[in-house]
Amino acid sequence: MSDAASEPSLRALAPGLTPEIVAAVSKICRVQDLILVAQKCRVVTKFRNTIGLEKRLSTRLQPNHPTDDPTGIAASIVDGLMYGSGDAVIGINPATDSIAAVTTLIEMLDEIIRRYAIPTQSCILTHVTTSIEAINRGAPIDLVFQSIAGTEAANSSFGVNLAILQEGREAALGLQRGTVGDDVMYFETGQGSALSANAHHGVDQQTLEARAYAVARKFKPLLVNTVVGFIGPEYLYDGRQIVRAGLEDHFCGKLLGVPMGCDICYTNHAEADQNDMDVLLTLLAAAGVSFIMGIPGSDDIMLNYQTTSFHDALYARKVLGLRPAPEFEDWLKTMGIFEQDESVRLADSLPKPFQRALAHLH
Amino acid sequence: MTNDKHVIVGADPWNKLRRYTPARIALGHAGTSMPTKPHLEFQLAHARARDAVHHELDIPALQGALQSRGYETILLHSSAESRPHYLQRPDKGRRLDADSHATLEASPRPAEPYDVVFVIGDGLSALAIEENAAKFLDAIMPSLVKDGWRMAPLSIVKEARVAVGDEVGAALGAKMVVILIGERPGLSSPDSMGIYMTLNPRVAVTDESRNCISNIRPGASATDHAAHRLLYLMTEARRRGLSGVKLKDEAAALPKAGPESADNFLIDER
Repeated sequence: MSDAASEPSLRALAPGLTPEIVAAVSKICRVQDLILVAQKCRVVTKFRNTIGLEKRLSTRLQPNHPTDDPTGIAASIVDGLMYGSGDAVIGINPATDSIAAVTTLIEMLDEIIRRYAIPTQSCILTHVTTSIEAINRGAPIDLVFQSIAGTEAANSSFGVNLAILQEGREAALGLQRGTVGDDVMYFETGQGSALSANAHHGVDQQTLEARAYAVARKFKPLLVNTVVGFIGPEYLYDGRQIVRAGLEDHFCGKLLGVPMGCDICYTNHAEADQNDMDVLLTLLAAAGVSFIMGIPGSDDIMLNYQTTSFHDALYARKVLGLRPAPEFEDWLKTMGIFEQDESVRLADSLPKPFQRALAHLH
Repeated sequence: MTNDKHVIVGADPWNKLRRYTPARIALGHAGTSMPTKPHLEFQLAHARARDAVHHELDIPALQGALQSRGYETILLHSSAESRPHYLQRPDKGRRLDADSHATLEASPRPAEPYDVVFVIGDGLSALAIEENAAKFLDAIMPSLVKDGWRMAPLSIVKEARVAVGDEVGAALGAKMVVILIGERPGLSSPDSMGIYMTLNPRVAVTDESRNCISNIRPGASATDHAAHRLLYLMTEARRRGLSGVKLKDEAAALPKAGPESADNFLIDER
């Protein structure tokens, strides 16, 4: 990368880049190029806090539960908040996408965020049409989620098209729930989704992945992340391939101007383990990834895969001097979850409001 | 979290929340890192989940269990030849092999098409099928018989992916297919079963035409709840002539069982 490529010039260039261009460039990059270039691209987005600033690393608190049990979910939320997780979003993958179940969960998250004055946003990762229907019935939805892919046929296999995504965005914008910004969309992607739906037209999975970011870019998202090792070994066989793909995806997204995070993950049928995830986490944190996932002990008991833990995010912050979103960081210090100084240290006791909430439990 | 300088691993003062979720919460911390004990427990769970992926479905035992309940069974195989082949080639797991086609071609047809065929596939966890499939059928079959559903013989498919069910349904000329399949094993759940329902099954149906109920395990989404929801989805799919994303799961909730569904301590007024 030339010394003339600066943060402002890359930002100015982004709208002119097509996904095919950035995918092609990524293919001639070594790992260090993928890191160096991505680290220069700054994509800042806002809803109730500010994500993507320099030297910041945000986390999605992912308190999934196999039966969507509200108390079980709340227990994981406490665990995450006390480890400083949740500034990107508190986002639940529901076990069922019934409108009633989704509405119950979104109302609970809304109440928790208001009650404890947490500067963050909530999301239930259900189909966009379910979110639209829930909004029509009055549900307090912050972010509208959708999985997207890089071909029209693959998106149609997900039951979406550009018009439906636009409808979802407008429904969320209509609620005007953001305080510092109005970026209301959350998208997930992953190499192999088009091939898996037999909708790839013979194109390689990495180019199609970059095309998904161009779909995302159209809708001014707050968050976009690749779920890099989720689909399985038929697409990314082992740790080595997952690491390379995670860095390529982040590079392509950032170059296109997308607020790129990464679900650094693997499944139990892939040839990968925690060591591979540590490598990718460290490299992505060096590359300035906007956010990663946070889950109790790396074990998603609902989706049956392993992603980064609350502890993992603190490791990355410690090693690279990264901090949470500024509004959320203030909240952590005010609540006494993090120590007041600049070090990454957990405080000694539960904050008062949480002590009160737990006091009645046996 | 403690001020005692001699304590290396700090405990988390929300330990008592562990009874409300199987998630790995309140693990404690050494500095900000995961302590050795939960780390080693994780490594053991990972090894067990890896074993589940490679566990082979005990066909004679499953057939025995089903036949003792009076079900007729057909044994089929996908075109994936082995487990390693299956893991690397999902497309092979979505299609039947030639012998299985011949078996279905040769099977007798009723004068009127079957309303539904139930398919049982090993998927990524044969363990899930061994532990959940027969129990689930016990929960749903009485209602289906009562409502007059005409059902094809149960088809058992080895090395199966979800979409292979559609090919079975199409080959038997059934109006609907329901596949029970082993989900990919999680660290804490090597035995989780999923159910997918498609109306008018045919080869090359994609995911937007399917409805899914996931995480069926002893102790998780109780079998009765899953049967209740599947019955709702099947009945509505047949009545409205559609399945998949256009058919939302609006089954009335059954009363919840167990202590998990206590009040929500974070937001309830006390």
